[in-house]
Amino acid sequence: MAELSRRSLLRWTAAAPIAAAVARAENPVQRSGEPGSKTVSDRARRRIQQLHLPNLSLLTHEGKRVLFYEDLVKGKVVTLNFFFAKCDEICPRVTANLAKVQDLLGADLGTKIFMYSFTLKPDEDDVDAIRHFREMYHARPGWTFLTGKADDLEKLRKGIGFSYPDPAIDKDKTQHIGNLRYGNEPLMLWGACPGMARPQFVAESINWMLRPNASIGEWRPVAR
Amino acid sequence: MYYNVFGEKVSRRRYKEMCEAAKNRRELIAAGLTSRRDLMTMGLLTAGGMLVAKFGLSARAQQVSTNNPPSSGQNTSPGTNQNCVPGNQTQSPQTRPFVTPLTIMPVAQTVVSLSPTPTESPNVGAGEVRSAAFQAPQIDPVRFPVVPSLLYNFNQRQFSASHSPDLPTQTMWGLDDGTGTRSPGPTYQAFYGKPQLTRNNNSLPQVTQLNNTGFGFPSVSTHLHNAHNPSESDGNPCDFYTNGHFCDQYYPNVLAGFNSDHEPNGDINESLGTLWYHDHRVDFTSQNTYKGLVGFYCLFNQLDTGNEFTGFHLPSFPQFDIPLAFADKVYDPESGELVFDLFNLDGILGDKFLVNGTIQPFFQVQPRRYRFRLLDTGPSRFYEFFLTDLNNLGGSNPYWLIGTDGNLLPNPIQVESIRIGPAERVDVIIDFRPFAGKTIYLENRLNQINGQGPAAVDSQLAPQNSSTTECSGVLNSNQPAIFPAGQGNLVLQFQVSGSQVRDHSVDPATHPTFYELPSTRATPRIVRTFRFDRLNGQWSINGQFMDCGIGSSGFSETFRFAVQQNSVEQWLLTNLTGDWMHPVHIHLEEHRILSRNRAAPTLPTDSGRKDVTQLHPNERAQLFFRFRDWLGKYPIHCHNVIHEDHAMMALWHVTPQGDNILVP
Repeated sequence: MAELSRRSLLRWTAAAPIAAAVARAENPVQRSGEPGSKTVSDRARRRIQQLHLPNLSLLTHEGKRVLFYEDLVKGKVVTLNFFFAKCDEICPRVTANLAKVQDLLGADLGTKIFMYSFTLKPDEDDVDAIRHFREMYHARPGWTFLTGKADDLEKLRKGIGFSYPDPAIDKDKTQHIGNLRYGNEPLMLWGACPGMARPQFVAESINWMLRPNASIGEWRPVAR
Repeated sequence: MYYNVFGEKVSRRRYKEMCEAAKNRRELIAAGLTSRRDLMTMGLLTAGGMLVAKFGLSARAQQVSTNNPPSSGQNTSPGTNQNCVPGNQTQSPQTRPFVTPLTIMPVAQTVVSLSPTPTESPNVGAGEVRSAAFQAPQIDPVRFPVVPSLLYNFNQRQFSASHSPDLPTQTMWGLDDGTGTRSPGPTYQAFYGKPQLTRNNNSLPQVTQLNNTGFGFPSVSTHLHNAHNPSESDGNPCDFYTNGHFCDQYYPNVLAGFNSDHEPNGDINESLGTLWYHDHRVDFTSQNTYKGLVGFYCLFNQLDTGNEFTGFHLPSFPQFDIPLAFADKVYDPESGELVFDLFNLDGILGDKFLVNGTIQPFFQVQPRRYRFRLLDTGPSRFYEFFLTDLNNLGGSNPYWLIGTDGNLLPNPIQVESIRIGPAERVDVIIDFRPFAGKTIYLENRLNQINGQGPAAVDSQLAPQNSSTTECSGVLNSNQPAIFPAGQGNLVLQFQVSGSQVRDHSVDPATHPTFYELPSTRATPRIVRTFRFDRLNGQWSINGQFMDCGIGSSGFSETFRFAVQQNSVEQWLLTNLTGDWMHPVHIHLEEHRILSRNRAAPTLPTDSGRKDVTQLHPNERAQLFFRFRDWLGKYPIHCHNVIHEDHAMMALWHVTPQGDNILVP
């Protein structure tokens, strides 16, 4: 199974309307009498983007301003998780685990796979703080740490489903969700695994997004 | 010194309140929460029809409140998990109930041959993905030939389906036995003593050509739920494969014990009846089953024959023996297209109730006895099913429970209602004679507002004089546990038409006898503990997370623990997640529930053989197992498939020696 290059991911995006047109011919899914209605694919993509992947303005650990959807996620295989620099328990464990994951991703990190970690406490974690935190874990290029406005980061956190039904627990930052969201935006494939899962399995899970056409047994475990 | 279930010190007065609350709840459940009159007699129901939020009903009555108003009525129920994310407050478009007839899935058709011919070892060159050689032909090649006489060729395909005349057709995934693609898939009619082989082909579109409706990963592994099956044919979550690949799955249809303590034919009292198949792809099971990859597998023998003139004389299959697959789904309010919340960690609920693939169908029945096989396909909803006559809401309409998780009980048990959770099945007999000429409903009256589980539920409790802390309470004290009759979800309409007809099936009221329950007296080789927990939002078992443990073979090689082949074990399942419910499923062998919080189980649905145990809030369930005959890998997992997909699963394996890990 040939590995999917970034270019081929982009090609899928370009090919989507054609596939949708074929499908439309086969599957008349739109309501009749609704002229010019969009394909299911486009509509689903728009709905998911609007509900879950807001196009918020954020700041990277290098102080660069980026848009969450347009710049970070669109057209890419990504991982998303939350941290804050002064977190005692969960964040160091998850971040240290992800540092092992980044090594297992090898040359794909920064070329085919992009990791993003977002602060839960943007008021404490300015650009310097997240840069410093990032350096502690020897994050490689392709693993970006981000801060921004508190309201925006809350919107993002809830958008990707990292919240609790109980509002009291949801407010308690020490209990924050330690999961890692992984996805392939061009294909709108999304899953999640614990940030504290065994790094090899986390890396394999991310690889499902990069090589979605591979069956089990078609790759060997990532280097230990 | 007194403690509540959360380990907090409480006064003696408060503790007594808690126990009283628990007792009240027990009584409600024991009473089956039956008629309006009964509830009013107990002072628990107001004239307005709402359950009283009686002080002390909840052990956390003074601590917990909720802003969610109780939902009521079949048209105003909430959408997906409205507590969680603003974007999730989807409410489906209006659909007319009871305008579509119930679909009865056709019996799966065999094929004469498969090309290429099935091989004992995986045919990798032809595109087969299977982790090991078939075990059954190695045990007895005469009884279990590599190519048995019953062959099925199933293709998983994308297709269009109508869920309601008021919605556009939906892009779904279904199963095709050669007669067309459908969801739920065709129903297997299988027989003990007749081994069969299914070639499960992944013919879903390539991931790049999905016309993706926003969820579903065309990478599959089909599990036959509760089959006493060898591990290579079990449909392990980690044995997934993509378009163009297939897996030959060998279903020996043989009783547990055939190769151990009940040679050569196995223990008749371990007979299975109602099984189901579903996709089990690790991390994506919820999406793929929601998209349609489910179906029934009915297994018959010389007693449970499917013919009401023979054996146990249960209503004849398939005319009067009807599998019912329940699913709750949600549709985009503008486009009417089926949607799934990809970004949920808790569990998802739909506001539309489907039976066998259509929303709120009707079913024309004759005034006689029917056997129904009720299956909760999830993803996260629990149901409590009552029979409701809207013209006589105070009436009592009992029916008969004859099987739990597809396994016949020793005798029928008359019930007012039955509660089931994701993946559980119950076999019931409904006698429609009293309703001749009427229209009645199967109504879900259980209140559930989010993925946690029913809005108000407690565990079966420890004896009241216990000085320990095993009283457990109600989650949301403002929420009724059970809606009044007629105010729940009417999921299926029965139109009882025609005059009296012949009925040769057994009358459950005559107390017929089915199988005996296998003994649970054997001493376990080991007692293992499994703590179901949530660590910073990460679902876990014993503090660890799902891991396929892929080794150099390319398949799973590392497992959390090893069960000794042909041994007895006890497993203690402990729920440390507070208010969350976990329907826990264990593959390979069924279990019996020995106790819940040290008390013997009292619910009829807990009394038989099980493959899913509902682990209630703050509860410890003690399970008895005999692991027999087969070797290899199997999972234990929560069957709230959202929890399952977020790592609340562990792989273990059966080996000749086993191990002694107490807390795997």
